[in-house]
Amino acid sequence: MSILIDATTTFIVQGITGREAVNLTRECLDYGEGARVVGGVTPGRKGREVHGVPVFDTVAQAVEHHGGPIDGSVVTVPPAFTKDAVLEAIANGVKLVVIVTERIPRRDVAVMVEFARQHDARIIGPNCLGIIVPDVIKMGGIGGPARDAAKAYTPGPVGVISRSGGMTTEMSSTLSAAGLGQSTAVSIGGDAIIGSSYAELMPLFEADEQTQAIVIYTEPGGRMEAELAAWVTEHDSRLPIVAFMAGRFMDEMPGMSFGHAGTIVEGKADTAAEKIARLAEAGIVVAEEISQIPEIVKSKIAERSAV
Amino acid sequence: MRFFEYESRQIVAKAGIPVSRHGFATTPEEARRIAEEIAGPVVIKSQVLTGGRMKAGGVKFADTPDEAAEHAAFVLQLEINGHMPRGVLVDSRVSVKQEYYAGVVWDGIRKQPVMLFSDMGGIDIEEVAETHPDHVGRGWFSNLTDVSDYQAKQVIASIGVTGAALTRATPILTRLAQLFVERDMTLAEINPLAQLEDGSFVAVDAHMDMENEARPRQKQLLKELGVGDEETRQAREATPFELAGEAVDAASHRGVAGNVTEFDGNLGLVIGAGGGSLTLFDAVRAHGGKPANYCEIGGNPSVEKACGLAKLVLQKPGVDKIAVMMSIVSNTRVDIVARGVIKACVELGYDPGEKIAIFRIPGAWEDEGFKILERYGVEYCDRSVSMHEAARRAVEKIGVAA
Repeated sequence: MSILIDATTTFIVQGITGREAVNLTRECLDYGEGARVVGGVTPGRKGREVHGVPVFDTVAQAVEHHGGPIDGSVVTVPPAFTKDAVLEAIANGVKLVVIVTERIPRRDVAVMVEFARQHDARIIGPNCLGIIVPDVIKMGGIGGPARDAAKAYTPGPVGVISRSGGMTTEMSSTLSAAGLGQSTAVSIGGDAIIGSSYAELMPLFEADEQTQAIVIYTEPGGRMEAELAAWVTEHDSRLPIVAFMAGRFMDEMPGMSFGHAGTIVEGKADTAAEKIARLAEAGIVVAEEISQIPEIVKSKIAERSAV
Repeated sequence: MRFFEYESRQIVAKAGIPVSRHGFATTPEEARRIAEEIAGPVVIKSQVLTGGRMKAGGVKFADTPDEAAEHAAFVLQLEINGHMPRGVLVDSRVSVKQEYYAGVVWDGIRKQPVMLFSDMGGIDIEEVAETHPDHVGRGWFSNLTDVSDYQAKQVIASIGVTGAALTRATPILTRLAQLFVERDMTLAEINPLAQLEDGSFVAVDAHMDMENEARPRQKQLLKELGVGDEETRQAREATPFELAGEAVDAASHRGVAGNVTEFDGNLGLVIGAGGGSLTLFDAVRAHGGKPANYCEIGGNPSVEKACGLAKLVLQKPGVDKIAVMMSIVSNTRVDIVARGVIKACVELGYDPGEKIAIFRIPGAWEDEGFKILERYGVEYCDRSVSMHEAARRAVEKIGVAA
């Protein structure tokens, strides 16, 4: 199985007529079993088509045309309009919103996340590439064009969660090359406040029978790794977790932001060193290099199945 | 982006929070005039975007206008942690009965802002939280409704503050929370918030950080404060090399080839994307390499943009070779980056095969890219070579810097 999405998932693309969104729509339609992109929304562009996908002015029109609830939405509108687009999707019954847009002020993100919670919806991102279930479906630009995504992602037992979109693909490709496929890979976004953190996705992977181990990509900045460490300690998780920490050099450069908006060392808890210690305390192995990850995952899976 | 204290005080005052009488001066004469107006003892405070100014001698007490001018002359030329002051704040010395702390920050895990209040003001709040946790009150508030006085009152009362202090501090904390939201702050702090002998409260120091992403919609405030678009307000001022990197990136809207940070090594880096750059920079250092710079490529930049960035790095004094490396790309095209970096070498009169220590960018259009690299004799590798291994090969080629 998978988490969040599967072959039956329906979704729309908000901002579908933008250049990147047109490419993203093509990629999703082409990949795996072909995503069910049931509509696109760009205000004022009703009646057009993007790769055969009908374009509407409002999410409500898309829902009406589909004839029932739509599961998800990929949002690729400019930062100043993102909050409105996400609220519109959720108000019209969408339960899973992938926000691709970057440079959204965190006040807006916080509003969207709280609104989503009230409506029992989930946000992935912002500043992310989305979700992929290898050979089945992808929702977002993750992995790029279908044939490129197929080179990196293969089906298998590892759940991947990453603060970097590109590194989601790099790590999955490394796993695939070593014969370890992925159940679902999620690019969660690199901002200071995001819709779904590691700890918030863990229960979904925990409940997914296909998943036997988790690989995460982490960076300095924020408390998300500490939150995961606390989650692992509190719950008796069946899943071994292997982490990779990038940006260790940033510990020497407080106050400077690198890579992603949320990647900045402001206090002691933000440092790579502190996070590595926290993760290790919780029994999460932190690999020195990405190439070491597959062997660690294999030995951890073997350990658990021997018990 | 950080604000100077004199700007932070204006932001606080605009929100209706009383501040102690003060003025901003850039010359000793201005400092004297402000001290004359205040007509009482003053404090001269260096206006720098760094901490530790008290320790460094950037805060001086003066009893007369002459003394104020004299201290201002000293503080104005005093460098603190590599920062020259923007000016000095001439602040009236108030007689304080009790120092409090009021602050608002984001809680990234709860995804809500949190108000903080303490009756142990004047010292670092993180220190108070560690040593006297019962003296720090906290209260999270919703993003969907306006913050209300009762929420601030609860936070303040939770540490045992009552009487007039409670009723007077409550609207101040509420207003601070409101300005935090309205002004897109990531930190809004009044420390100390002083209760004077007459029972009234004034902000004696304030610290504000605003989110960079919100600059476009906070234009009016920035204009009122006189903050120019060119002021990055990062932890340290951008170097000429870094500004040149920004110019390369700004030359066209397509893709990213910039976010340059200067270091003093001999291996130039043309790396990407966000997470990939962090990983590769670590990898170079882990193998004993000395990077000359940090940077990020992504989002499919043009040949010209990749070329511009590579040229900038190649021309940096002390750079012997460059390493061109990224995590697997799906949007950025391998062949375009390859063309860009080769063009940079050729136009500067270098042999690309000599100057480019390694090219490790797997992904979209890699076959086309690898063909071009082969033609110019550049060592390249595909995804079967890990990012760390590519970094190791680059460091090996250049030798460990002296």
